[in-house]
Amino acid sequence: MSGYQGKKNIPRITSDRLLIKGGKIVNDDQSFCADIYMEDGVIKQIGENLIVPGGVKTIDAHGRMLLPGGLDVHTRFQMPDRGMTSADDFYQGTKAALAGGTTMIIDHVIPEPGVSLISAFEQWREWADSKSCCDYSLHVDITEWHKGIQEEMEALVKDHGVNSFLVYLAYKDVFQLTDAQVYEVFSVIRDLGAIAQVHAENGDIVAEEQRRILEQGISGPEGHVLSRPEEVEAEAVNRSVTVANQTNCPLYITKVMSKSAADVIAQARKKGTVVYGEPITASLGTDGSHYWSKNWAKAAAYVTSPPLSPDPTTPDYLNSLLSCGDLQVTGSAHCPFNTAQRAVGKDDFSLIPEGVNGTEERMSIIWDKCVVTGKMDENQFVAVTSTNAAKIFNLYPRKGRIAVGSDADLVLWDPDITKIISAKSHNSTVEYNIFEGTEVRGGPLVVISQGKIVLEEGTLHTTEGSGRFMARKPFPDYVYKRIKARSRLAELRGVPRGLYDGPVCEVSVTPKTLTPSTSAKTSPAKQPNQPVRNLHQSGFSLSGAQADDNIPRRNTQRIVAPPGGRANITSLG
Amino acid sequence: MMSDRRSSQDDDCSSLLSRLGSDSPRPRMKYGGMFCSVEGAFENKTLNFESFSPQTQRRRAARTRSDGNDGGAAGGRGEGQTMVFSSGHARENFGKREGDRLIIKGGKVVNDDQSFYADVYVEDGIIKQIGENLIVPSGVKTVDAYGQLVIPGGVDANTSLLAPQKGMNPTDDFYNGTRAALSGGTTTIIDHVLVEPGTSLLTAFDQWKETAEQRACCDFSLHLDITRWHDGLYEELESLIKDKGVNSFLFFMAYKDKYQSSDSQLYEAFGILRDLGAIAQVHAENGDIIDEEQKKLLCLGITGPEGHVLSHPEEVETEAVYRAITIAKQANCPLYVTKVMSKSAADVIAKARKKGIVVYGEPITASLATDGSHYWSKDWATAAAFVMSPPLNPDPSTPQYLISLLACGDLQVTSSAQASFSTAQKAVGKDDFTLIPEGTNGIEERMSVVWDRAVSTGKMDENEFVAVTSTNAAKLFNIYPRKGRIAVGSDADIVVWNPKETRTVSAETHNLTVEVNIFEGLEFRGVATVVICGGRVVFEDGKLNANEGTGRFVARKSFPDTVYKRIRARSKMAEARGVPRGNYDGPVHDVIGMTNSVPPTPTTRGPSCPKSLIAPRNLHRSGFTLSGAQVDDHIPRRSTQRIVAPPGGKSNITSLS
Repeated sequence: MSGYQGKKNIPRITSDRLLIKGGKIVNDDQSFCADIYMEDGVIKQIGENLIVPGGVKTIDAHGRMLLPGGLDVHTRFQMPDRGMTSADDFYQGTKAALAGGTTMIIDHVIPEPGVSLISAFEQWREWADSKSCCDYSLHVDITEWHKGIQEEMEALVKDHGVNSFLVYLAYKDVFQLTDAQVYEVFSVIRDLGAIAQVHAENGDIVAEEQRRILEQGISGPEGHVLSRPEEVEAEAVNRSVTVANQTNCPLYITKVMSKSAADVIAQARKKGTVVYGEPITASLGTDGSHYWSKNWAKAAAYVTSPPLSPDPTTPDYLNSLLSCGDLQVTGSAHCPFNTAQRAVGKDDFSLIPEGVNGTEERMSIIWDKCVVTGKMDENQFVAVTSTNAAKIFNLYPRKGRIAVGSDADLVLWDPDITKIISAKSHNSTVEYNIFEGTEVRGGPLVVISQGKIVLEEGTLHTTEGSGRFMARKPFPDYVYKRIKARSRLAELRGVPRGLYDGPVCEVSVTPKTLTPSTSAKTSPAKQPNQPVRNLHQSGFSLSGAQADDNIPRRNTQRIVAPPGGRANITSLG
Repeated sequence: MMSDRRSSQDDDCSSLLSRLGSDSPRPRMKYGGMFCSVEGAFENKTLNFESFSPQTQRRRAARTRSDGNDGGAAGGRGEGQTMVFSSGHARENFGKREGDRLIIKGGKVVNDDQSFYADVYVEDGIIKQIGENLIVPSGVKTVDAYGQLVIPGGVDANTSLLAPQKGMNPTDDFYNGTRAALSGGTTTIIDHVLVEPGTSLLTAFDQWKETAEQRACCDFSLHLDITRWHDGLYEELESLIKDKGVNSFLFFMAYKDKYQSSDSQLYEAFGILRDLGAIAQVHAENGDIIDEEQKKLLCLGITGPEGHVLSHPEEVETEAVYRAITIAKQANCPLYVTKVMSKSAADVIAKARKKGIVVYGEPITASLATDGSHYWSKDWATAAAFVMSPPLNPDPSTPQYLISLLACGDLQVTSSAQASFSTAQKAVGKDDFTLIPEGTNGIEERMSVVWDRAVSTGKMDENEFVAVTSTNAAKLFNIYPRKGRIAVGSDADIVVWNPKETRTVSAETHNLTVEVNIFEGLEFRGVATVVICGGRVVFEDGKLNANEGTGRFVARKSFPDTVYKRIRARSKMAEARGVPRGNYDGPVHDVIGMTNSVPPTPTTRGPSCPKSLIAPRNLHRSGFTLSGAQVDDHIPRRSTQRIVAPPGGKSNITSLS
């Protein structure tokens, strides 16, 4: 099992041997009682009566559950947003994650339009390498679209271990891509073997609603949720599913916040679309009624996009879909801002920086809402908190499984512990916790990351900068087996016909009615009107088609004597 | 009994002027009067044009001279649903409809709510009496309808008889098209005015109206297709809706870079249409995806008509329907989806209706009768004849499914989307399917198709048949009860329908000029035997007797009741309210490098419509949209200002409880 990609990135880990005795090992497929011996950050042996070197530190699990460490697929630590940076940096963020039983995060790189993807990626690597306390990987967000981006994506996939890209259907005039651009991005992603992620909200409608609501004089955080109604999310999910279907590209919807969006995903899956949905801690644990709080700071703390649904039955519904497999992965979308930062938007809700906390609370909330209530069992819990994510993003079985050869990222889970979430005791730096006062059952007792104990008896022992970057290979089997099979099937065939030799109408007024308007939907600043043919492009799209294809050519030419003689194929039989 | 009524009517005449437009209640007729078949069936559903018409005086005088037998009309006046036509505009041609007096005898009158046996007497293009044993003048032409149904003439809500495509005009223009319509039992069409980008709406409308008035053989009305939305259209819209009698506007979500509107444009336009009381229609297909798919297919070397359907997959239609509904819901605007061609698109509409959204779906003749398997025909001309957008679905069970939804009310209106191009015209795209002009026939076959597929099979009854072929469309587009109903005072657009007869459709026998009929060889039960349009028999014994230019423009008023009652109520409910809070007085983060991080990029989704980036505030606009918002709204202003001592003193609202 030494052939893992990304091993070269492992810094020197001091030999750290650990034996966990008497635990119940819980994977996504089964649970069994066994001891675990780990060394050098890797699980070396699993079984009973293991033969281990002397003097090994031993933890007695007393029959408690040992889970693979959580994998938080969606964080935005120290994310720049309109001149500010989200309050938790990679150190504080990963510390909070570890405290909650999450031993790996995947953060989003968000390059400002105009900035190269690779330089943004390097920037994030630099930040994370110096500060992260647990292993991490990176998604890259596509915030604009042109040919150069495509080459950079290729480089990221092939050389930098990135296999997922996010596109925005919201944030009009800032990050939003058009449907045509999304189609092209998805085609590129499929050819590269990566996964397309979507921030699904209809940015056009949101922009119009924001204007309208500000005009009505509503400037508080309730305007945020009023301007982003549930339908707008469901619509965008539906649209991205359609585009993904057309391009035969695997799709991953980040931040599923509402019932109707989840329904759209569930239905698309029933129709066979390769689509995954990611509810987040906030949408599973609380609802959007707080936007109407009289306390501005509290209301503003809930601002995230898509917003929490004001329907109080939403969390329960999403938990049910998560349990039955219609939604597969849980993230946290952890991107909190402190109150002073939020207050930039005190007179205009559209300026409030968006993001909520949740990386620390994720595991406990899901345990409390799903396992305690009997919606799922412990194995399913492992699946939605780590295994599924590891499979989709090609980290499996290194992450998301307790097996010989897997990384020693483990959580000793106590299902009986209860805890009241509060900003006073949490590890994030923000003053507000959106789950304030929520009592949750289930929590980590011991957390082991890279074979080292980082949480024990309520105390964190984290080392800044100890996190390693996990490179992810393209074409994850879990996702791409189906896609590949479909690609083979999907070849379209034309109908062989003889040459049409009937009369052809002469078009006289063509040029007048069909003034080739400049490509109206693409940003004129970024793309020349007459696209230069790029030979690096995949053979798939565009090439061959010309910008003036919509103007009939040779329109007055008639084939009188076609080569090979006339065929009488125009008779109306 | 009759003499009683006569005398009361004489009294009316004297005090006519004083009672103009009044709605004074009158006692209902007792059972046993002239409406003995169904008690009170007509009085309260009868409209009274006379009291509103400027020609009342003259016409009433003429009538009293000729005969006094129009007791039905008089009896209905008092309790009639008031239906106000705009002053004279809708009726300006009315006087020229002279002559024909007809009595239709022995038929079963079928409206959307009930059927009953009665004779129908028609005069001056209006239904004057309904009942048994009518007293009519002598020498009246009698139409024998024994054993047959007497139904309101069909209303075809979607035709394109003039709209050019790729520089070519449809082979069947207003004359040929309306002739075919009449022969199939359709007596009113609503045509689409395609306004090329850059052209004025009013100019296009006038051109269409003029052409149609010269050529059309049956009454017509017009939808406007808006191909490039911008703020400047507001005045034209207002004038069209208020003065010209247009209450429906279509937007394209397909035809990228040509006609396509962006989501923002749709939202804006829908808001304005709602304020003006019009109906938004959409051609629902995702143009962006189609564009990409077309490029891909041409790259693969697929140039035949099958490429058309391959590049317009079902999901693309469904997606756009879903999006249009979302936008309409947000804008609280009634939505009408033209050309529902696939199961999933119909499902989306049905579901949205279950959620309470005001949306209507229109399957067309082609989608109800045939499927898209023909795109793979070896005969190029046949395959090309089926080319239309959204395309016919290759799934052969689609027609059955759409018929079922139509029968259960999830879809409401049937039309033809008639737009026929000859094979030579279609052949412009013989080497590239994207150049094939789009459109199929269907104007003539529509009624028979619905009867055969829905009524003969028992999915719907004759009343529902009338609803989906005429009444619903008339209600939606506000020409009810003038059209779409057989009632005293309604236009005499009547079809005598024989449900037992069958006919076989063929290009050889149809009344269009196009060489290919997409329903070639199909046999349909249910045929119009006599068609009366504007009080004249225009089709009888298989012979068409239509006159060019006899069609009148039917003006449609805004705020149709069927649609707008709910919209109005919702507008009242939908006011969002903010939360009153004290001033936030906590610390505010200093924002550095703001302008750097968010460069105000030009709008990326909207076509570069003639609108400057900083739009001058238009005071004629409704207070609803845009004004006040600036393009740089997303850049925080006053970002480094702190309120240290807010007016009114500090309040401690930021404490974290």
